Amino acid sequence: MSTQQIIESVTADLLKTDVPEMEIGDTVNVHCRIIEGDKERTQIFQGVLISRAGRGISEMITVRRIVDNQGVERIFPLHSPRISKYEVVRRAEVRRAKLYYLRDRQGKQRRLREKRRGLEAVLAPAPAAPSAAPAQ
Amino acid sequence: MPLTLLGTKLGMTRSYTGEGVSVPCTVVQVGPCVVTQITTPENDGYAAVQIGYGEAKVRRATQPVIGHDAKAGATPKKFHREFRVDAKDLEGFTLGQTLTVDQMASMAFVDVSGTSKGKGTAGVMKRHNFKGMFASHGNERMHRHGGSIGGHCSNRGNGQISRGKRMGGRLGNERVTVRSLEVVKVLSDKNIMLIKGSLPGPNQGLLEIRSPRRLYKTKGKKQAEKAKA
Repeated sequence: MSTQQIIESVTADLLKTDVPEMEIGDTVNVHCRIIEGDKERTQIFQGVLISRAGRGISEMITVRRIVDNQGVERIFPLHSPRISKYEVVRRAEVRRAKLYYLRDRQGKQRRLREKRRGLEAVLAPAPAAPSAAPAQ
Repeated sequence: MPLTLLGTKLGMTRSYTGEGVSVPCTVVQVGPCVVTQITTPENDGYAAVQIGYGEAKVRRATQPVIGHDAKAGATPKKFHREFRVDAKDLEGFTLGQTLTVDQMASMAFVDVSGTSKGKGTAGVMKRHNFKGMFASHGNERMHRHGGSIGGHCSNRGNGQISRGKRMGGRLGNERVTVRSLEVVKVLSDKNIMLIKGSLPGPNQGLLEIRSPRRLYKTKGKKQAEKAKA
């Protein structure tokens, strides 16, 4: 076993197994667990997945959304226990691995084209219905 | 009981605590080490245990090493280290005994020594953390210098530079000890230990992992709790 494989095997049990297939350009819901004192609640951050960086346990995702006409980006460690769930809301057709160009776009230019090609294949793991969310 | 094991630095990764705090970890392969010699006060004047780690190529090993390790019933080892113990603790070790990472399972903290990465010739800013000089304010070509090293009046009156004056020079490639590092995880089936933080030396470098000395108050308490459990 190579050194890299050993290191990955050490953290293998910390990896999440329930991460849906998320691609760049997808609109995702990130369910963050927020701990205030001894209380815990879930906050949902919805936005466009514009970057995935790193691998294994160190993988990070960048999610961008527009709040009050102001761009907000949050970088999440993909396998952090602080995140309870990911949901894919919408898939879009993009031609880049990193969508940093969205930062320079204004208004309607920010929209991404919905994915149409091979729609059945893409939607095979159906996006979670909104009604499933409160069940948690 | 003091204990030293030899290991190999494999690389760094991260781990998460239950609350989701990311902990930077170094993955170290620890042992298995073989007790190759036991020095006793009667024979040698002091009490210590010598351990061997890493397989040496038999073809390359010298006869003295082969013979020395064969006395312990072991194949020739690449690295040997000795660590002092109390004379009364010598009973805990036998010649040829295999020491694994399990022996360290009760340790919440460890000390680690290794040889740091060589940096070659380095200036005073990198080597001694000098501040350097102004970027502007009329400064010309003296940005990373250490400043004056003295003059006729401050240097013993004769212009001799005081001994030990910190200057540029060789940096790194020396023995470095990092103390009281937290043990994040011990995987005894793989002989692997995850230690919080960074460790000296390159990946694949040799490390000595020792039982902790000089633990601070809170760390000492944690260690006591772990030892009890």
